[in-house]
Amino acid sequence: MITSIAWKNIWRNRMRSVIIITAITIGMFAGVFTSTFYKGWINQRLEAGVETEVSHIQIHHPDFSENFELKNFIPDGAITSDEIARMDFVNGVSPRMVVQAMVASSETGTGIKILGINPEKEKTVTNLYSKVPEGKYFEGVKRNPILIGEKLAKKLKVKLHSKLVITLQDSQGHLTSEAFRICGIYKVGNGMFEEMNVFVMKSDLARFVQLDESISHEIVVHLKEHGQLTPNSEMLSGKYKNQLVQSWKQMAPELGLLNEYGSIYIYFFIIIILLSLGFGIVNTMLMAVMERVKEIGMLMAIGMSKFRVFWMLMLETVLLTLTGGFFGILLGIGVTFATMKSGINLSFYAEGLEDMGYSSLVFPVVELEMVCVIVLLVLMTGLIASVYPARKALKYKPAEAIRIDM
Amino acid sequence: MNVIEVNALEKIYNDSEVKVYALNGVDLSIEAGEFTAIVGPSGSGKTTLLNLLGGLDQPTSGQISIGGTDISKLSSSQLIDFRLRNIGFVFQAYNLIPVLTAKENVEFIMHLQNRPKEERLTRTMSLLKAVGLEGRENSRPNKLSGGQQQRVAVARALASKPKFVLADEPTANLDSKATENLLEIMEELNRNENITFIFSTHDQRVVNKARRVITLEDGKIISDVRK
Repeated sequence: MITSIAWKNIWRNRMRSVIIITAITIGMFAGVFTSTFYKGWINQRLEAGVETEVSHIQIHHPDFSENFELKNFIPDGAITSDEIARMDFVNGVSPRMVVQAMVASSETGTGIKILGINPEKEKTVTNLYSKVPEGKYFEGVKRNPILIGEKLAKKLKVKLHSKLVITLQDSQGHLTSEAFRICGIYKVGNGMFEEMNVFVMKSDLARFVQLDESISHEIVVHLKEHGQLTPNSEMLSGKYKNQLVQSWKQMAPELGLLNEYGSIYIYFFIIIILLSLGFGIVNTMLMAVMERVKEIGMLMAIGMSKFRVFWMLMLETVLLTLTGGFFGILLGIGVTFATMKSGINLSFYAEGLEDMGYSSLVFPVVELEMVCVIVLLVLMTGLIASVYPARKALKYKPAEAIRIDM
Repeated sequence: MNVIEVNALEKIYNDSEVKVYALNGVDLSIEAGEFTAIVGPSGSGKTTLLNLLGGLDQPTSGQISIGGTDISKLSSSQLIDFRLRNIGFVFQAYNLIPVLTAKENVEFIMHLQNRPKEERLTRTMSLLKAVGLEGRENSRPNKLSGGQQQRVAVARALASKPKFVLADEPTANLDSKATENLLEIMEELNRNENITFIFSTHDQRVVNKARRVITLEDGKIISDVRK
């Protein structure tokens, strides 16, 4: 019965309640939608970072990443790679040859990193093969095919099947050049990655730099269970003590940070929204309570305990807050569902975003855990906001309160 | 049997170092089934006495025993519970809960007493019938006249099965027809069900109906007349 009274009390001053509920609805909509949007964005960045760019674990010669010298390859790379491929927690392994070089088109040139890969093995560690909107993944070009990023293609002003000349220092220290033809242009939404990395057949690159094809500078490992990243990485690290074994969290710490702290940023943002709404709720409830001092005095006079009066006012505040919260969260989730398939296009800002590795087409995501935490935060806001007005109402003695002229 | 026993009751307000005796040595006993009016000019101590009898305020000294319990010794939360189980209130301004219907207003107090729903409903309907509000059970206070609202308040006061009903100027806001009607109902309840009523009033019509009239002046009882 007290719950029903509390609910009815909310609608005594309809306009005032509608205004604060609308404010909560808008605030929570903004909070929820921003969260689902941001979460989608983070997930996409993580997914792109891990599944397309870095994969789960990479193994290098300890000195390799300092200056990318050709001589710093992994000794017995082929044996190591086969060994890892047989481990039961491993989904796929791709041994790569990595060389720094200059690439030139008929218009201009730039510095790049060439990754010599076995296209089939590469498919087991990254999803690059599925991100080739123009041309085909190592098909359609017979001699020296090269896969380059969209951003690099723009920079070099080249198209599909254009010729590129790559110049590098081979393993003998000679400067040498060779022509490659673009078989495909990949697009991963990370401008920096697209501009820096080109992919060629490992056999072509080995011949070009005069190294044996079995030599690898980088072994990329994709795990069956991503959840086992740390233990698996530590296990490999223990087994190949002379090599540098790194998980993606170590290789791309900014991604790890996003993964760990992304949710905290979201909650922080929502707490700020709720904090400001909380003041509005306190104000509304204070008005509602102060104009009812006489009635509250009467309730205590006829025998309603202070606890029950407090409970009633708290329920009123919580119901008011939850009503707004409910509509806001529902609206936020609704808009998320409406946009999660088609995505939200930020192409207006896309160039800047893609340069930083963020996709310009964002697909918001609803996560149950996040929704639960938001509901709890809304509930807590209602509870906290109820304390001051309720205490204020209980301050009066019933005999005095009844005789107050309102 | 005495429902209320008051001995040497004093209530002093300390107003900027001047002691104001709102009640100055009141002795009083009220038996079950009395129909008593407390009268006196403004400032005579009527309201103070009613507040003390109703456990809404604490005396400076003296004792108030209700049904054998000395309520001057109860804490404020014990007093709330005591009021809930022993005292019915009717206020001058009706003071119903505006968001509840007549029926729910009466039922509410029994809900506070944790009575079972069935009992609540039967008692509510019979009380509303007794105060002549059959058919208006589902009206909210703003759809009822002043007289009807005050009759709901009487039904509410009785719902808790109190030892007595305190009515503070219950007719002050009512026209003569509604006053007459309300008084008739209360008189009937008093006669048929032996319910004890204590009024504070300025209204001569109430005084005329009362069977005992206690007159206060300057915080003292100056006359106590039984008719």
